[in-house]
Amino acid sequence: MAVSLFEEKLNSDKFVVTAEIGPPKGTDLSEMKKNIELLKDRVDALNVTDHQSSVMRYPSLGGCLLIKELGGEPILQMTTRDRNRIALQADLLFAYSRGIRNVLCLTGDSVDVGDHKDAKPVFDLDSVQLIRMIKTLETGVDMAGNKLSGKVQFFVGASCNPEADHIEPQLIKFEKKVNSGARFFQTQGIYDVTLLRRFMQFARQFGVKIIAGIIVLFSYRMATYMNENVPGVKVPPQILEELKGLDKEAALRKGIDIAARTIRTIKEEKLCHGVHIMAIGREHIIPEVLEASGL
Amino acid sequence: MIVATKKPIEEILVALAPYESVLILGCGTCVTVCNVGGEREVSLLHSALRVAIANSLMQQKRFHEYTVKRQCDREFLEALKGKSEEVDAILSLACGVGVQVLADYFSDIPCIPAVNTVFMGSSSTFGIWDERCAGCGECRLYETAGICPVTRCNKGILNGPCGGAKNGRCEANKEMDCAWLLIYERLLKLDQLDRMRKYSPPRNYGNLKRPKRVIIT
Repeated sequence: MAVSLFEEKLNSDKFVVTAEIGPPKGTDLSEMKKNIELLKDRVDALNVTDHQSSVMRYPSLGGCLLIKELGGEPILQMTTRDRNRIALQADLLFAYSRGIRNVLCLTGDSVDVGDHKDAKPVFDLDSVQLIRMIKTLETGVDMAGNKLSGKVQFFVGASCNPEADHIEPQLIKFEKKVNSGARFFQTQGIYDVTLLRRFMQFARQFGVKIIAGIIVLFSYRMATYMNENVPGVKVPPQILEELKGLDKEAALRKGIDIAARTIRTIKEEKLCHGVHIMAIGREHIIPEVLEASGL
Repeated sequence: MIVATKKPIEEILVALAPYESVLILGCGTCVTVCNVGGEREVSLLHSALRVAIANSLMQQKRFHEYTVKRQCDREFLEALKGKSEEVDAILSLACGVGVQVLADYFSDIPCIPAVNTVFMGSSSTFGIWDERCAGCGECRLYETAGICPVTRCNKGILNGPCGGAKNGRCEANKEMDCAWLLIYERLLKLDQLDRMRKYSPPRNYGNLKRPKRVIIT
């Protein structure tokens, strides 16, 4: 039986759509609330980032609770960068008690790329160990082997990067995540479908659900910035060329076009089980991306 | 070996402000090898301090120079008897271990560090030192082809690479190789890739609880 509505949809062989919500830096939740309202019925689930790029923000857990309150389906992104195993387990108990059922397990970006570069990096666990920890909690005991009064049950996901320069070690890690209990994957941003095809040739055999990440580009500058500064993201030269020299509005249109083109290819070829749209800081344009993609 | 870096002279001058007679004390082992705290550096620091004091409004001080074989070993500190009585403070160019042994040995003399101890490591190119051991207390190098993910991976993760490397370089520092890529390549060469496929459990931070002590018999 499915643990969450999101799992149920993935199991029904529907081409799912998820989108990313970036929480605010501060306590003014109005913009986030507006974005959740706008998207909650248009997509199958909403991820909330966990201090994305190591920038301190309103927490993922808070964003997920807001999604629940507004009647949406949240995916709790959880990194191991900022909390040790005690805090991670406690947050999972809390999340479960408040109806959150989907968790995306991530190691998290380096503290060095964020806005608190002097912070202590925790990484008590890595993403694979975090997946195992959740599976342990599901058996009714914590990591120390102590009995829980009331267990948890989650639909556990993880990430992978089909466009990594050196794919072989990534595939080994992907397999470890599957073997540890990950049932769905949301990938890093895909710009080169050839690389996604290569990855899927390997990944298909494991019978897990793969959701392709789509990062919507807004400008040439954003694309080059991501190439320089955002871990794991690589916008290829031909896409940079498409964005070059365009004014703000035209670049945004082009970015939406590129995203829609990729999504359509993925859907038509039945490459993956869905797409995960990341429109960093501009969630309001996601409906346009969906429309342009025919979703 | 232990690697250290020089403290800025301004910081040393602030720490030395209250003292008139200072012993600048080098250490003849690790910090000599990394060119930070040996006899030569004692002499260079002495000159630099004289110049800095002359160029400031500070009162001139009396400096004495000496270097012992190892400051972290009490038996080598005996050579300082007769010298320590003349000074108000000792400016030590040893690592943090050396400074503490010194402070314990000369309980009534202030001991001031002149270097920052940074890590245990080695040098493969002149002047470049890299961390190679974190003293984690549970060495797994046999599983990782002799390349330590705890010290060489920015996140110290144990089950393979994160997704952040680009062109084989670490997401946190473009000058540094992705440790997990190095591990992968060497395991492949050794025909030991199975070791990377094996799940690696969380670290036992119980090994790191402070204060740490071992009894070796």
